[in-house]
Amino acid sequence: MQAHIPSIMEIIGFGPRGWGLALLLATGVTFAVALSGFALGAVFGIMGARAKLSRRRWARTSADVYTTVLRGLPDLLIIYLFYFGGSVLLTSIARFFGSSQFLGLPAFLTGTLALGIVAGAYQTEVLRGAYLAVSTGQAEAAKSLGLSRWHTFRLVLAPQILRFALPGLGNIWQLVLKDSALISVTGLVELIRQAQIGAGSTREPFLFYVVAAALYLVITSASSSAFRLAETRSYRGVARR
Amino acid sequence: MIDFAFFADTFRQLLGGMPLTLALTGIATVAGLILALVLAAMRLSSNRFFDWPARFYIFCFRGSPLLVQIFLIYYGLSQFPELRRSILWPYLRDPFWCASLALSLNTAAYASEVFRGGFLSVPKGMVEAARACGMSRSLTFRHIIAPLALRQALPAYGNEIILIVKASSLASTVTLMEVTGIAAGIIAETYRPIEVFICAAAIYLTVNFIVTRAVQAAEYVITPERRS
Repeated sequence: MQAHIPSIMEIIGFGPRGWGLALLLATGVTFAVALSGFALGAVFGIMGARAKLSRRRWARTSADVYTTVLRGLPDLLIIYLFYFGGSVLLTSIARFFGSSQFLGLPAFLTGTLALGIVAGAYQTEVLRGAYLAVSTGQAEAAKSLGLSRWHTFRLVLAPQILRFALPGLGNIWQLVLKDSALISVTGLVELIRQAQIGAGSTREPFLFYVVAAALYLVITSASSSAFRLAETRSYRGVARR
Repeated sequence: MIDFAFFADTFRQLLGGMPLTLALTGIATVAGLILALVLAAMRLSSNRFFDWPARFYIFCFRGSPLLVQIFLIYYGLSQFPELRRSILWPYLRDPFWCASLALSLNTAAYASEVFRGGFLSVPKGMVEAARACGMSRSLTFRHIIAPLALRQALPAYGNEIILIVKASSLASTVTLMEVTGIAAGIIAETYRPIEVFICAAAIYLTVNFIVTRAVQAAEYVITPERRS
């Protein structure tokens, strides 16, 4: 009797032998790790931009070192640092408390940290540029109207900074999304890792990597439309030349 | 306590990966540059049979991660028996050529947009003036359009070269032992991630520093009017 050779649709479909659901879930993991990395990057980015604009010299210098080093190194190297560094740290802490167990950081956390610290370096530059693009007259006018420092920032400066930063942030989001593929080396079952597993067990590597690439294209093109929409929205009420 | 002997030993081992990192970067830069210029020309063409394929190519290569492109070429292509029988097989079987190919194709997509922007930045009036002075199309291109476009594109293209240096680290995922691959190996062996990371970081930052300086020097050479 001839063995049943599954068709392409059977392999990537949602049937009992299909990989469709697994691939979709993995796409969700990719999206989630990229999103949390991007959000952590925003925290680092805000701190970095504040440091770069600070009057204190040591703050400016350390922010300069941060952005130069993190933007100049391969992301894969940084992921390895967090992956191995996290487990060395955890294991030594555990040993201090008398455990001889080998411990590792959860892969999702490693990924978020590594992506966040890289994205933060890029976001520092974008946010700094956007802050400088808001004219100083705006802050002075708000102050003369009697707004407190916090209100000036929240009501006058922040919306404008965000408006100028949106295009740059959109680029960084795309970068983080694609960089998240590298987290697969730590064993996190995101899109690439799932495609590897599928390719290995069906011996259809071409099919699985093409499907993975297509799913990435769907996310990247959907998010670039979302950013375009947000950009138009951020300009409502502004006369555009 | 700093273990200088370990640092020196790690550094020596990592430097052994340099030729591979530089070879990948060099091949991808040159091949990517040629392909990028072709793609930019296609994108600028008013004929949509040139424009659309280039658009699609750029969309695919910029919208998906380099890692999936490397895996697609290295693992995916071997699935086809026709390819395995072809004369290209000795190259497509080799991880070095697969990684070089993926890097070149990937960087071409990004760089073509840089060059397209450069060409679009050339003022129309300059071209019209050159034509009005009686310069032929090829002369106008060589003496007016190309130099101006290059000046505009060079800083962004410099960033692109640094991205290639960084991207060459992905070759370690297809068994090539370049600097990052060796670093990961040493870390897994010794469990001293910080020290190894510092050595590898020093190497990459040095390479990128040299690239930045070289691009600045090239910028100085091609913009005589900006020198004071």
